[in-house]
Amino acid sequence: MSKDRVRVVVTGLGATTPLGGDVASTWSALLEGRSGIRTLTEDWVDTVPVKFAGVAAVDPGEVLPRPEARRLDRAEQFALIAARQAWQDAGAPEVDGDRLGVVVGSGIGGIGTILSAYDLYREKGWNRLSPFTVPMLMPNGSAGWISIELGAKAGAHATVSACATGAESIGYGIDMIRSGRADMVVAGGTEAAIHGLNVASFAAARAMSTRNDEPERASRPFDKGRDGFVLGEGAGIVVLESEEHALARGARIYAVAAGAGYTSDAYHITGLDPDGKGGQEAMLRALRNADLAPSDVVHVNAHATSTPLGDEIEARAIKEAIGGHAIVTATKSMTGHLLGGAGGIESIFTILALHERIVPAIANLDDPADGIEVDLVRGEPRKLEGDQLAAINNSFGFGGHNVAVAFTTV
Amino acid sequence: MALTEQEILAGLGKIINEITGIPADEVTPEKSFVDDLDIDSLSMVEIAVAAQDEFGVEIPDDQLKHLKTVKDVISFIQA
Repeated sequence: MSKDRVRVVVTGLGATTPLGGDVASTWSALLEGRSGIRTLTEDWVDTVPVKFAGVAAVDPGEVLPRPEARRLDRAEQFALIAARQAWQDAGAPEVDGDRLGVVVGSGIGGIGTILSAYDLYREKGWNRLSPFTVPMLMPNGSAGWISIELGAKAGAHATVSACATGAESIGYGIDMIRSGRADMVVAGGTEAAIHGLNVASFAAARAMSTRNDEPERASRPFDKGRDGFVLGEGAGIVVLESEEHALARGARIYAVAAGAGYTSDAYHITGLDPDGKGGQEAMLRALRNADLAPSDVVHVNAHATSTPLGDEIEARAIKEAIGGHAIVTATKSMTGHLLGGAGGIESIFTILALHERIVPAIANLDDPADGIEVDLVRGEPRKLEGDQLAAINNSFGFGGHNVAVAFTTV
Repeated sequence: MALTEQEILAGLGKIINEITGIPADEVTPEKSFVDDLDIDSLSMVEIAVAAQDEFGVEIPDDQLKHLKTVKDVISFIQA
């Protein structure tokens, strides 16, 4: 890393996921190899070919007071819960609001609000709508609410890049601090899209697993039997901070947020370019941005959504960009795919893997696909050896967005 | 059948508690929404929407702004 560049560190983590209502419960479930996927019981399940999902383990209604919850879309509820946890975890410091930023996006936004408000509008008329309908459906709502909560005035931003959203937010947060716009940034992603319309739409794109008889075994990245992704919901949010600021206040530092790389495939609106160059180049750019070499990277948290094409393309891209030595996990095998929240929680898992020097195993990896030349973690979690370690979180999104975020040990 | 003041008050207390978190028993007729209960204009819209559903009485925006106290709303609903 160039000497004149501000080092950005991670000082707080917050999440609510299908595996747990916070980071600690989610992480321990991952290490135990538990699945957060279950059969759905909603009425609309009969109308769609996919009948399971990764529903948040703790309903946000159990956490938030009713007056607050009713003004927030479910995606905003997740985001606010995760942001509060992350801020508490960072020590809830008294900081200058003009130096505190927020970057929290969502892949889809307040889709639950849009659909229920539309029904209400059609059935009862415009004047039955909540005056909060617009801030509930807008995809930047989470960023706005978090900025109000924390008094963050250095800018509140919402990236939107489908399933790369959470990772892109963290990359943007790193840049905000490096460019001198902020000392601290609360960054990540959220999603609440388990609704009949979304399931139907993803199913129409032939992107989802239909393993209805074995929901816990449906998300199986890199396995021969994989047949599509499994929808999840929740949020993952981190507190980024300049190292100088963190050291000055004696903060606990989890890892260095060393850099991010971005490319766009410019190939197909939903499918990865089979040559995998977009993902490869995103990883290489993240490494250059972090002043790291491929040989420094010991671990990759793959995007690996359990789709037949995507996983193999990504495995090849990791092999090309990083090398066969990379210890690769795919935590969507347990959480499902949180879309805009994925890059948030998976960055947290990458950070914790470095911090605790252990990588969760890929669940349901019974029979790895042929031709995968990276080191997939099977069976038991894998320990990471060594002092100075680097790891990458990959997140790729519909639209052709490729984002890689590089983290290192402190 | 017309509702009594007590019945409307109880219903309003429930609605205001749901929307603002203010305990229902603090919602008494003489209280001003802005000065005593610290309820902002958007929350008043939420309360009006909920009251319309609960009591079946439309509260137009130009009327809503004149309803300053809990008692004003009760009277409007009874009228």
